[in-house]
Amino acid sequence: MKRFLCRPMIWILVAVAVVTLAVAAGGPLTARAADPIKIGFGMALTGGLSANGKPALLAVQIWKDDVNKKGGLLGRPVELVFYDDQTNPATVPGIYTKLLDVDKVDLVISGYGTNLIAPLLPIAMERKLTIIGMFGLANNEKYQYPNYFQIQPAGPDPATSTAIGFFELAAKQNPKPQTVALVGADAEYPQNAMVGARELVKRFGLKTVYDKNYPPNTVDYTPIVRAIKATNPDIVFVASYPPDSVGMLRAAHEVGLQPKMFGGGMVGLMFTSVMTSMGSLLNGVVNYDFWAPEPPLMAIPGVKEFLKEYQARAEKAGVDPLGYYLPPYSYALMQVLGQAVEATKGLDQQKIADHIRATEFGTVVGKIKFGKNGEWAKGRTLMVQYQKISGNGIDQFRGPGKKVVLYPDEFKSGNIIYPYAAALK
Amino acid sequence: MFSWDLLANAVVAGLLLGGFYAAVSLGVGLIFGLLDIANIAQPAFVILGAYAAYVMNGTYGLDPILTGILFTPVFYLIGAAVYRVYYGSFERRGEESLRGLVFFFGILFIIEVSLSLKFGVDYRLVQAPYIGKSIDLGGVGIAYRYLVPCVVGLAMTLALYAFLGRTFYGRAIMAVSQDRLALRLMGADPIQIKTIAFGIGIAAASLAGALLITIAPVIPSTDRDYIGRMFAITVLGGMGSIGGTLVAAIMLGVIESLMSTFFGPSWSQAVSFGVLLLVLAVRPAGLFGR
Repeated sequence: MKRFLCRPMIWILVAVAVVTLAVAAGGPLTARAADPIKIGFGMALTGGLSANGKPALLAVQIWKDDVNKKGGLLGRPVELVFYDDQTNPATVPGIYTKLLDVDKVDLVISGYGTNLIAPLLPIAMERKLTIIGMFGLANNEKYQYPNYFQIQPAGPDPATSTAIGFFELAAKQNPKPQTVALVGADAEYPQNAMVGARELVKRFGLKTVYDKNYPPNTVDYTPIVRAIKATNPDIVFVASYPPDSVGMLRAAHEVGLQPKMFGGGMVGLMFTSVMTSMGSLLNGVVNYDFWAPEPPLMAIPGVKEFLKEYQARAEKAGVDPLGYYLPPYSYALMQVLGQAVEATKGLDQQKIADHIRATEFGTVVGKIKFGKNGEWAKGRTLMVQYQKISGNGIDQFRGPGKKVVLYPDEFKSGNIIYPYAAALK
Repeated sequence: MFSWDLLANAVVAGLLLGGFYAAVSLGVGLIFGLLDIANIAQPAFVILGAYAAYVMNGTYGLDPILTGILFTPVFYLIGAAVYRVYYGSFERRGEESLRGLVFFFGILFIIEVSLSLKFGVDYRLVQAPYIGKSIDLGGVGIAYRYLVPCVVGLAMTLALYAFLGRTFYGRAIMAVSQDRLALRLMGADPIQIKTIAFGIGIAAASLAGALLITIAPVIPSTDRDYIGRMFAITVLGGMGSIGGTLVAAIMLGVIESLMSTFFGPSWSQAVSFGVLLLVLAVRPAGLFGR
């Protein structure tokens, strides 16, 4: 034993130990520098909102690929960690707990939709996270959480944002509408939109002749539309999810409901599959939207390149082939987050939030500046009218002229055809 | 807001809706009502039928209802195969109650996920000359996209009613639900009879799916909207009663329509299910159950 531990041998052992420690210490340091920045989220990949959730995911993935091509964030590649929330709010707490505690993600964003953002906000507040919501309507009204931001261009008064353009346009028409029918689904977004619409009805001095809700899984909408028709309203404001939007519009044509204006807050009409299936039935509908291939919007730097990439990958991904509704905003959400990380040179949640609050961001949907409640400082919910649609071809929707922007004025691309019946001819 | 015109329209719309509900619920009436198999995957087969109609409509321009009819043999074979697996794995071992339920849950999710992977999650609709058009009969508007499913639903009910009452296999299906041993003593194989019945139930789903997609857009998870209605109609009509299924479907359709028209659509389903509870309280076996 004494012989074995002779002096040269001891030196060799010491040298080996030093080298081993050096390698051990240096190895992880080198790996840490190349460790990806993990961004986690739940997303509606199945269930009722998946028709939007999957295109949103594709947009986020395109952003990740674009960023990684340019060397990542802070010199580190970006990795996405996401789970299917099944459009079920009950899954959200579990998903984000796993993302934060097991997957150890560095940053989180919300999934798509008001219902899925609602259960995330308390978690974000408890853990002091910075969260950018993906199309949540008025989620932060009760909490006023300062580190919550929202990419939907609802503006400082999100409750009325969906409907404001509809009622402002109505007020400018001749003859001016006097009566209104309000109808909406019993679900979070439509109910928020209905609250805003009722407020605007008062503001614009209209008389409500019908104000009812319906269950989201209603099969036949003709009795509802017939009851609305019996009240003979001048304008009809509808707050609905995609299947109901289709049902309401078809029923309106079957029953012959022709108010002076029809539409407002109908989710789904802007989906490519719905537009191509509904075809000319869409003509005349005045509805909220966030994007249309109209000249004022297509002039925003970067959006053409993004849409080209999105449309090239959409078919393989089995998602909306045009992507004119949510995808540009999902990409913009990631641009905001990425720019904030780069500017703060780190992943500190509070610093990122402070930067987002104080900065105007250049994105593919235009300049974004957030206000006090985390919403866009200035709202930009569009009001569009479907015009001159014929047949069911998809190509007619690629260019301008079919979804004409009427509101706000800075993005206006055409004039309203009024009353509704005139657009049906 | 009451008017006779509105009332007439509401009743007609309810009758049309009821005819469609009957078509969607027939398979459950047969499989759950007569065979006592809680096939909760039935709505998923309906959606599978809807996607078959969508594919044939989009690819070959085939009428969705015609597709539904053409695909019934395919769905019959799928149904027969599913029952054989279910029988071999669970029923034969007497484990059909809970494990069988899990088996059908599994099938439901497999169908839903497979459709999501193949077709994505976009809303799918079909084109047909009768969609979006309506006729006016003395002030009563009838939308063709409800009229056609209603007529087909009534035809399906009549056909199944006649099959069960007037054919050897039909009577054997009625018998297997009552006394399996007695049926065996009469020289019929209960397993074969149940295989046929299950196959017919799934074939009915093919046609019901085609009707569904003519009425409304579908996504793979649309099946969840129908699970409650289908089983409620079967129970309300009386387990095993095909005529009862039709009556219950029309009842729910008319109640929903009347409530939507006169009291607000929010009440429609609450009142429908309230009626279900009331009927079950008075007649636990359902309207025409024994």
